[in-house]
Amino acid sequence: MASDRSLVVWLLLIALLLLLVINPLARLLWASFEHPDTGAFTLENYAAAYGRWRNVEALINSMIVGLSVAVVCTIFGVPMAWAVSRTDMPAKSLVWAAVLGTFIMPNYLGAVAWILMAGPNAGWLNRIYSALTGASAGPFNVYSMTGLVLVISCYSFPYMFVFTRSALELISSEMEDAASTLGAGALRTTLRVTLPLALPAIMGAFIVVFLEAIALFGSPALIALPARFQVMTTTLWQMFEFPPRVQVAAAYAMPLLLITVFLFWLQYRIIARKGFVALTGKGGERRLMHLGPWRWVMLGYCLLITSLSFFMPMAVILQAAFARAWGRGFSWDNVTLRNLRFVLFDQTATRMATLNTFVYAAAASLIALGLALAIAYIVARRLVPFGRVLTYVAMAPFVIPGIVLAIGFYAAYTAKPLVLYGTAWILILAFATRFLPIAYTNSDAALRSINPELEDAARILGGSRLLALRRVVAPLLQRGLAGAFILVFIPATRELSSAIFLYTTGTQVLSVLLFDKSDEGNFELLSSMGLILVAVTVAMVLLGFRLIGRDFLLRRTAT
Amino acid sequence: MSRLVLTDVSRRFGAVTAVDRFSLILTPGEFVSLLGPSGCGKTTTLRMIAGFLAPSEGTIAMDGRVVSSPGSSLPPEKRNMSMIFQSYAIWPNMTVAENVAFGLEVRRRPKAEIRERVGRILEVVQMGHLASRYPQELSGGQQQRVALARAIVVQPAVLLLDEPLSNLDANLREEMRYEIRRLHDEFHITTVYVTHDQAEAMVASDRIAVMNQGRVEQVDAPRALYARPRTRFVAGFIGRTNLLDGESRGDDVVFDGFTIPRRAFPEPAAIEGRVGFSLRPQSIVLHRQPPPSTRAAVVPGRLVQRAYLGEHWDYTVRPAGTRLALRVTTRPHEVFEVDEKVWLELDPSQMAALQPE
Repeated sequence: MASDRSLVVWLLLIALLLLLVINPLARLLWASFEHPDTGAFTLENYAAAYGRWRNVEALINSMIVGLSVAVVCTIFGVPMAWAVSRTDMPAKSLVWAAVLGTFIMPNYLGAVAWILMAGPNAGWLNRIYSALTGASAGPFNVYSMTGLVLVISCYSFPYMFVFTRSALELISSEMEDAASTLGAGALRTTLRVTLPLALPAIMGAFIVVFLEAIALFGSPALIALPARFQVMTTTLWQMFEFPPRVQVAAAYAMPLLLITVFLFWLQYRIIARKGFVALTGKGGERRLMHLGPWRWVMLGYCLLITSLSFFMPMAVILQAAFARAWGRGFSWDNVTLRNLRFVLFDQTATRMATLNTFVYAAAASLIALGLALAIAYIVARRLVPFGRVLTYVAMAPFVIPGIVLAIGFYAAYTAKPLVLYGTAWILILAFATRFLPIAYTNSDAALRSINPELEDAARILGGSRLLALRRVVAPLLQRGLAGAFILVFIPATRELSSAIFLYTTGTQVLSVLLFDKSDEGNFELLSSMGLILVAVTVAMVLLGFRLIGRDFLLRRTAT
Repeated sequence: MSRLVLTDVSRRFGAVTAVDRFSLILTPGEFVSLLGPSGCGKTTTLRMIAGFLAPSEGTIAMDGRVVSSPGSSLPPEKRNMSMIFQSYAIWPNMTVAENVAFGLEVRRRPKAEIRERVGRILEVVQMGHLASRYPQELSGGQQQRVALARAIVVQPAVLLLDEPLSNLDANLREEMRYEIRRLHDEFHITTVYVTHDQAEAMVASDRIAVMNQGRVEQVDAPRALYARPRTRFVAGFIGRTNLLDGESRGDDVVFDGFTIPRRAFPEPAAIEGRVGFSLRPQSIVLHRQPPPSTRAAVVPGRLVQRAYLGEHWDYTVRPAGTRLALRVTTRPHEVFEVDEKVWLELDPSQMAALQPE
C-alpha cells in the first residue's frame, strides 16, 4: 500500500483534520494556562474566572436552566412520542409536521417570537389577557428564569421526542402482549413494560437536552440579559467585549467542556447498554393502543405544546415580518412587503449578511463533507494505521459546545503563524468543524452502504483506486451525500453561538445581525431576517424529503 | 512453465495466523479449488493472489515474476486478473453492457472491438437480450452470469472466484456449477475457486486444495481426494467416513475387535505403529450370513440403528465385542432390521491410511 500514490492525498486530509479540531482545542487549553502579557504558565486565569461570585452564579444559573429544561422537555416530549408512535391518536401527521416545524425554527427566532408573545405589557398573551379580564397588565413576563426555561424547552423537546420515538418504534407489540396475557391492563403495561424499555433512550435524551441548554447562546442572550441575570454562555460573551480576555474565557470554558465530554460519554454508555434487547433487535409487528375518548385528550396535549413551540410563535413572526408595526395587530392595512425588501435589497448590511449566510454555510458544508468523506473512507478501507483514532477526532466537535469551539478558534487563529481572524475563512472553518460530526456519521453510513467488493471489482479489472472512486463509489454516494449536505447546511445557516465570537465587520451572517439588531427593538426587521432563514430551511427540508425520505431530519443520526 | 506459484505464503492479522505456509503451483489452464470450512484462510489466500492483501511471509509469482512478497505487492489493477465476488459486485450505476465493458475500457480497446466482444460474451452467458438492463432488474442468477461475463471478457491470466454461488438458491447453485465448468472448458482460463461446498469443488475442479486452520491438508484430484484422504480432517470433511484406529504388530494390523494382515493393504510399507484409517460407509458390505473367504476382513456385529433416506439406507453397526459404531450405506433394497446379527465385509484396499496428527 506504500506504493499507492493516493497516500499523499490522505496525509494532507489528515493534516487538515488536525488543523480544524486538534489545534483549536490545544490552543484553548494552552491559553487557559497562559499569562495574558508574559505568556508564562499561570493559574491566574482560573482565579480570575472563578474568583468572582458573579461568574460562579452564572455557572449555577446554567445548571438550573439545563436541569429545568431537561425536566420540562421530558414532560413535553415523552407523552407526545408515545402518543404518536403507540396509540390511535388522531391527526398524527399534523403533530409530526408541527414537531418538524419546531425543529426548523432557530432557537433565537423562537426567543424573539416569545418576546412578542409574552413581553411585559405589549406581548400578545398579555394583551389578550387584559382584553379578556379587563386587568391593566397581563401576568406573563418572558424576561425571567421561567421564561427562559420555557423558551429553551420549546426548541429542545424535539430531541426528547425523536429519541423516545425511535426507542418506542423498536419495541414489538409482543412484549406488551406478554404483559397483557399475564393480566396487566393497558395502563400497567405501558408504565411497567413499554416506558421502562424506552428508558435508556429517554435518559440519553435528557442528557442531550441538558447539554444543549447549557451550551445555548441565542435565547439566553435575548432573554436573560434584559432580565438581568447571567448564564455561562453570556458571561463568556461578555469576556470578549473589548478588550477580549481570551485567557480568562478559556479558563472559564474548561468546566463546560469537561461536563459536556463526561455527560456525552455517560449518554453513550446508557444508550449502548445492551441489557434492553428491545432497543437493539428489530421490532416485530406493532399494534396501536386504543385510547377511546382519551385520544382527544392526547391530541389536545400535543397541540397545546406545539402551539407553544410552533403555531403561535410562527404566527407572530409571520405577522411581524409583514407588518408595518407589529403592535397594530392583524389587519390588511398593516400588511407590507417593505421589511423583507429592506432586508433582502435595500440595506447593505442585511443584504450582505444574507449572502454571507448562504455562501458560508455552503462552503462549510462542502468542506465538512469532503473532509468527512475522505476520513470515513480512510478508516473504512484501513488505508493508514490507527485509522480508528481519526474517527474519534472527526466526532470530537460533537462534544464541544459551539461557544467553546469558537473560543478555541479565536485562540488558535488570531495570532501568527496562521491569522484567519477578520476573514470569512475563520467562520467557514469553524462552521465546518462544528458540524463535521454530522457530516461524518452520514458519510460513514453512506460509505458503509456500498459493498467494498464493488470497488475491488473495479481494481481487479485494471482500474486504479482513484478510478474506482470516480467511476463506482462517487456515483453511488451521490444521493446519500446530498442528504448529508442538507443536514450540515441547515444548522450552518443558523449557527449563532460560534459566529458571535468570530465575525468582524463585513463577515456578519444573518444570525449575528439578528442578534445585533435585537436591542434596537425593531422586531419587524428581526422577524423578516428570521423568516428568510426559515424559508430557506423549509426549501432544503423539502428537497431532503425528495432525496432521502420523510424521516431524514427527525432521525437519531440527524441530531 | 507454471502460471501461478505460491511459496510458503503466510498471512497474520495481529496475533492470528490466517494463512500458514501455503504452497501451491498452478499450470496454465488449470482449475484449482480452495476448499475448507469458514475461517480456514481460503478467502485470505485468494485476496493475496489478487493483490488486495500482502503476504506476511512467502512469495507469489505469476509467469515467473514475483508479484507479492512481504515488502512489496503489485497492486491488483496491475495483475491482469479477474475476480468474481460473493456479492457479485455488479455496479448498480451501470447497465449490464457497461459493467462488462469496464475492463476493456480500462485497457483502452477501440470502441468497435469493445462492442463486439461485450456482445459475444453476453451471448455466451445467455444474457445478450438483457444488455441494456440495470442490475437491480436482474435475478441473482442473472447477476451471476453478468459477473462471469465481466470477468472473462478481459481474458485474464488468472480468474479468481470467491464463493460465487453461496448467495444462490439450491437449484440455481447446481446449475451454475456446471456453467462455471462449461465456461472453463471453453476459455481455459487458469482459475482459483474458493468454496466451502465440496460438491461445488468436485464438479468444477481439476484439483482441490483442502484447507484447515490456515494450512493445506491435501491437494489432489477430486477422485483421489475422496478415495485416498491423507489426513483425518480431509477424510471427515470430504464426504462421510468411518475412522478406524489400528496398530501395526508384526505382520498384522490390529483393530478393536478384528485383525487384518498387513500385506492386504495397498501400501503395507507405509503402515507403522499406530495408524488411523478412513473407510467410506459405502465401501463396507453387509451380509446376513458369513460371506465366503476373501482378502477382506469379515467381522460379525449387531445392527443398532437404521434410517431410510430414499436413495440409500443408512445403517449403524456395532462389531461384536467392541464399542465401535460403523456407518454403512446400502442400496434401498438391501433391508436389515435393528438388532439383527450381521457380518461386515471390510476391504483393506478401500481403507486409506491417514498421516499421524
